[in-house]
Amino acid sequence: MAKVTNILLAGVGGQGILLASEVLSEVLMLAGYDVKKNEIHGMSQRGGSVSSHVRFGEKVYSPIIPEGEADMLFGFELLETYRNLPFLKKGGQVIVNRLQLMPPSVATGMERYPENLEQLIADQVSDSQVVDGLELAIEAGNARTVNIALLGALANKLDIEQNLWIQAMEKMVPAKFLSQNLKAFELGRQAAN
Amino acid sequence: MSKEILSGNEAIARGAYEAGVKVAVAYPGTPSTEILENTANYPSMDSSWAPNEKVALEVGIGACFGGARSLVAMKHVGLNVAADPLFTLSYTGVRGGLVLAVADDPELHSSQNEQDSRHYARAAKMPMFEPSDSQEALTYTRLAFEASEQFDTPIFLRTTTRIAHSKSIVETGEPVTGLPEPSLERDPAKFVMLPGNARKRHYVVEEQLEKMAEWSCSQSFNQIEERDGDVGVITAGVSYQYAREVLPEASVLKLGLVYPLPKTLIADFAKRFKTLYVIEELEPFIEDQVRAMGITVIGKDCLPICGELTPGRVRSAISGKEMVPAYTTEITLPNRPPNMCPGCPHRGVFYALKRLKAFVTGDIGCYTLGFMPPLSAMDTCVCMGASVGNATGLNKVLKGADKQKVVGVIGDSTFQHSGINGLMDMVYNGSTATLVILDNSITAMTGRQENPASGFTLAGVESPCIDLEQLCRSVGVKHVRKVNPWNLEETRLAIKEEMEREEPSVVITEAPCILIKRDVGQRKTPLEIDPDKCTGCKACLKIGCPAIEWQPDAGERGKAVVNELLCVGCGICDQLCAFDAYREVKNG
Repeated sequence: MAKVTNILLAGVGGQGILLASEVLSEVLMLAGYDVKKNEIHGMSQRGGSVSSHVRFGEKVYSPIIPEGEADMLFGFELLETYRNLPFLKKGGQVIVNRLQLMPPSVATGMERYPENLEQLIADQVSDSQVVDGLELAIEAGNARTVNIALLGALANKLDIEQNLWIQAMEKMVPAKFLSQNLKAFELGRQAAN
Repeated sequence: MSKEILSGNEAIARGAYEAGVKVAVAYPGTPSTEILENTANYPSMDSSWAPNEKVALEVGIGACFGGARSLVAMKHVGLNVAADPLFTLSYTGVRGGLVLAVADDPELHSSQNEQDSRHYARAAKMPMFEPSDSQEALTYTRLAFEASEQFDTPIFLRTTTRIAHSKSIVETGEPVTGLPEPSLERDPAKFVMLPGNARKRHYVVEEQLEKMAEWSCSQSFNQIEERDGDVGVITAGVSYQYAREVLPEASVLKLGLVYPLPKTLIADFAKRFKTLYVIEELEPFIEDQVRAMGITVIGKDCLPICGELTPGRVRSAISGKEMVPAYTTEITLPNRPPNMCPGCPHRGVFYALKRLKAFVTGDIGCYTLGFMPPLSAMDTCVCMGASVGNATGLNKVLKGADKQKVVGVIGDSTFQHSGINGLMDMVYNGSTATLVILDNSITAMTGRQENPASGFTLAGVESPCIDLEQLCRSVGVKHVRKVNPWNLEETRLAIKEEMEREEPSVVITEAPCILIKRDVGQRKTPLEIDPDKCTGCKACLKIGCPAIEWQPDAGERGKAVVNELLCVGCGICDQLCAFDAYREVKNG
């Protein structure tokens, strides 16, 4: 069967994972691939764990990534990235945002946020990279562009023409925030270089 | 024709548009909600939210009797509510085509059970299509309308969460033309289901099902993919995709119509294989029917009935080997369940109920999250509207202090959906239970849809608005009061008084959902905590607000801090602080 590439996006509801995966899927379609994307809605807006599966290739069957077959784990938050490590295939890549968001049990003092997650990820996955999305977003002029800054970092790992990314963002990002998002995207690309 | 990435739900809406649907009706329910949110984008369809699924289906039936094509959408448990008209609709058949899109939720991502709605197809004698991706969701929707009219029957279009919410590439088409204009046509033998008429229609239903089963043997939606090798697979829906991942060399009979089954086609296919699998999610629906034909298959003897399938689960089931991941998480990780939003007006109500040690019969909505710690203030949750009847039942069998403790809790939309009937019973049969209606002016859990008490329609047009207080009074509740849930003490005292009252009573907590865009003005300046005043007593942590974070290493015994990005300044926390540590952020 022709090779299918699997990207797993993981984070917390409200982080803009949905938009990031929408843009990513659009770009992949424009690049001529068959694309499938899946995430669970419903509970996602209420601060729970969220993951989005994006698969592309000549022909994609399952809309969800087979367990242990993600080529890339693209994490918006440290704990959620670590939680999803078992999805990664051997030799897969990790890009992770340097951010800790407290789950309810931690925020209410019943549990502690796990320590040294960056290290724990790096210890297991040789091809892993940490990006400070918030710093990039602030530099781009809008703290709400973190998701697109991170997408820029991801774009660096994919062989897709720059103009397709821009075309997709023009279509999907609200016009008044477009220039800030384009800048965030570019900063993300540079950061992951 | 153009290429787009569409979700299953978007594709169904597009398919309905292309099929010339005139009326689309639904009650929101995950994972079906976006069907109607998307039909609403096509002005050629009259799209509306009904107060419940039964009404939605009855409206759809009316339009269909008028000769228009109509689409009705709901989640699996909504189909239970609509079951009454459903079972007779299959007898009347249709004039304009009628398609009922039903979305099941294997794995219970956002549901209270894992029912397999395919059983309804058989029980209600109604054919059912099941798409395996978004392209088929569109194509089968169009096809279902044609078949509905061709065979004079309503038709199901069944999806599951992974079809409804997955996006894949779709080629869209042009809308059909030349459909007849709606009109009045009397046909009592068909549309008046009295025993004398219905008895005759039952024979028609059976004949039509036979015909359709025969017809479907030669239709392209039931398709055989020939491959070398002696393994065969019968499958449908998303399970087809998993089968292709796991058994790429197997020949596949992919069923687009899962009821009635194309028996001749199945028998011909089956006899060519030594090993034949039926790969399907949830119940052995296809498997049992294939086995009844005397065919030996492997199905639920290895595949799970509970939970959804995934490529990994299918692979493990077939190979008998557990998959070992390359990377593992060696430490115990805190879970991250969903939570009520910062500034959610329900939070204080559950805090009050917990302090009152109420036994809370709960209901379906965002507020079901009142079950989660630290609020932990919900004791039962069964189905839409059940809080009211459950409270009445407990009230009947309990005595004294226990009897007083019972409080039903229900949202505004759920109350209108099916809580009002329970309230009539409460009054009529002398229950003394208390009902709290959490009125946030929206159907929040499914993503903020309008309802008859929200003042707007699906199209965003202002509409007459049900006065819930008057509604409760009109069914005979003498003690109905409104409270402001932002005021913890007022809320607690009101509920306490009504719990003690030996008559039925209703407390309406009135405050809009913090996420309603038109009410964005309710967001206030965020609060912060003066670290010098915070003693680390943890009193404010008891409401479980996501904006309050515990810092275990601050001060001698830890301190709370407010995450300003999340805080909307609702001030519930401030009312819990005995040390006056909360204050507005300066220049916030």
